[in-house]
Amino acid sequence: MKRIFTKEFWMERDVELLIGKLLRYGVVLSCCITGVGAIFYLYQHHGVTADYSSTPAGEPFPGVDAYLRELPCILPHVLEGDGAAIIQLGVIVLIATPVIRVAFSALAFFIERDYLYVFITLLVLAIILSNIFFGLH
Amino acid sequence: MTLGLFTLILFCGAILAGFLGSLTGLGGGFVIIPLLTLAFGVDLRYAIGASLVTSIASSSGAAAAYLKEGITNIRIGMFLEIATTTGAVVGALVAIYLNNGFIAVLFGCVLIFSSLRTIFYKKTEADPNEKGDPLGEKLHLNSSYITREGEVVRYKVQHVLGGYSLMTLAGVLSGILGIGSGALKVLAMDTAMKIPFKVSTTTSNFMVGVTTAASAVIYLQRGYIDPGLAMPIVTGVLLGAFLGSKILPKANVRNLRLLFSVVIFIVAITMMYNGLSGKL
Repeated sequence: MKRIFTKEFWMERDVELLIGKLLRYGVVLSCCITGVGAIFYLYQHHGVTADYSSTPAGEPFPGVDAYLRELPCILPHVLEGDGAAIIQLGVIVLIATPVIRVAFSALAFFIERDYLYVFITLLVLAIILSNIFFGLH
Repeated sequence: MTLGLFTLILFCGAILAGFLGSLTGLGGGFVIIPLLTLAFGVDLRYAIGASLVTSIASSSGAAAAYLKEGITNIRIGMFLEIATTTGAVVGALVAIYLNNGFIAVLFGCVLIFSSLRTIFYKKTEADPNEKGDPLGEKLHLNSSYITREGEVVRYKVQHVLGGYSLMTLAGVLSGILGIGSGALKVLAMDTAMKIPFKVSTTTSNFMVGVTTAASAVIYLQRGYIDPGLAMPIVTGVLLGAFLGSKILPKANVRNLRLLFSVVIFIVAITMMYNGLSGKL
């Protein structure tokens, strides 16, 4: 692990392999969480009829239950074993994977002393994060 | 239809979507949105949410494999991501004010464009003697890659601003429709910026995940991403994409691409017809 902070490590493209691994771990983790959630969900909604039919024009779109829309509301329900909440957690891990990947790239460019690209990468990260916190919902 | 059966059929559909998406390079959203809306009568907004999840899953899965080969140009990708993420945020905001019919017609247009481009596609090759765009020089976008035969191919980037503008458009479309709009991204990099085919496809795939993540956050908060739909789709698409990447080196993709393009063309017309007649 010591090698991770040396310049050579990042110059030798090893960093790209590390990022590749990170993406794969994120995807596999998300898939596992979603799979566990699926078992709970199918058990809890046993015998229910699937209904996603479109809302007539002019009526507001109902969307999913409010507690499934934000991470702080989802987490308590995950602990209660709510299948839908566990699946949403898997989806959030999936969405977070490329975002974390961008953060990693910023670090890689910093160690390469490519400050122009540290700036560009942080700008991309700022656009995504500002969207999370100030976006129009 | 009971939930169990619905989930099972959707899971099989998602495997097919991931499989075809990775073999043809068009991404899974092209299969998921028509499958949900046309075959199951699901509200277009839920379909868009499900498609965003599909795009991130297939992009991250494939990007991990591409980075290993070392052809992806991370600088080009990161620079153009400023354009695509800004576009995606704008697209997701604009989408609130658009009705389902308009979105369906727009989706149909993008489908037709992508299918025509797949049929009449010419690979761009690098021309090392051509003068690059000075802006590309400043941004260190020029680079090289090593082919399987061990040959080093150098390339210089052209028309940086033109490519940037097209990328913004690609971002807006992906924010409105929930797809990766990979075909538009490759158009910007191939035709405008003259980036060699191998680099543009892998870099485009690398960018899709980040672009769709930017708009997925908004759609999650708006309640478009439904767990009942996401569950079979995440797992199915990943499985399908994995199978596709195993078969890809052996398959004759050219004929499959042509067949898929024709199918997509027909699906596009159906989507537009249903959108205009208010059935979605």
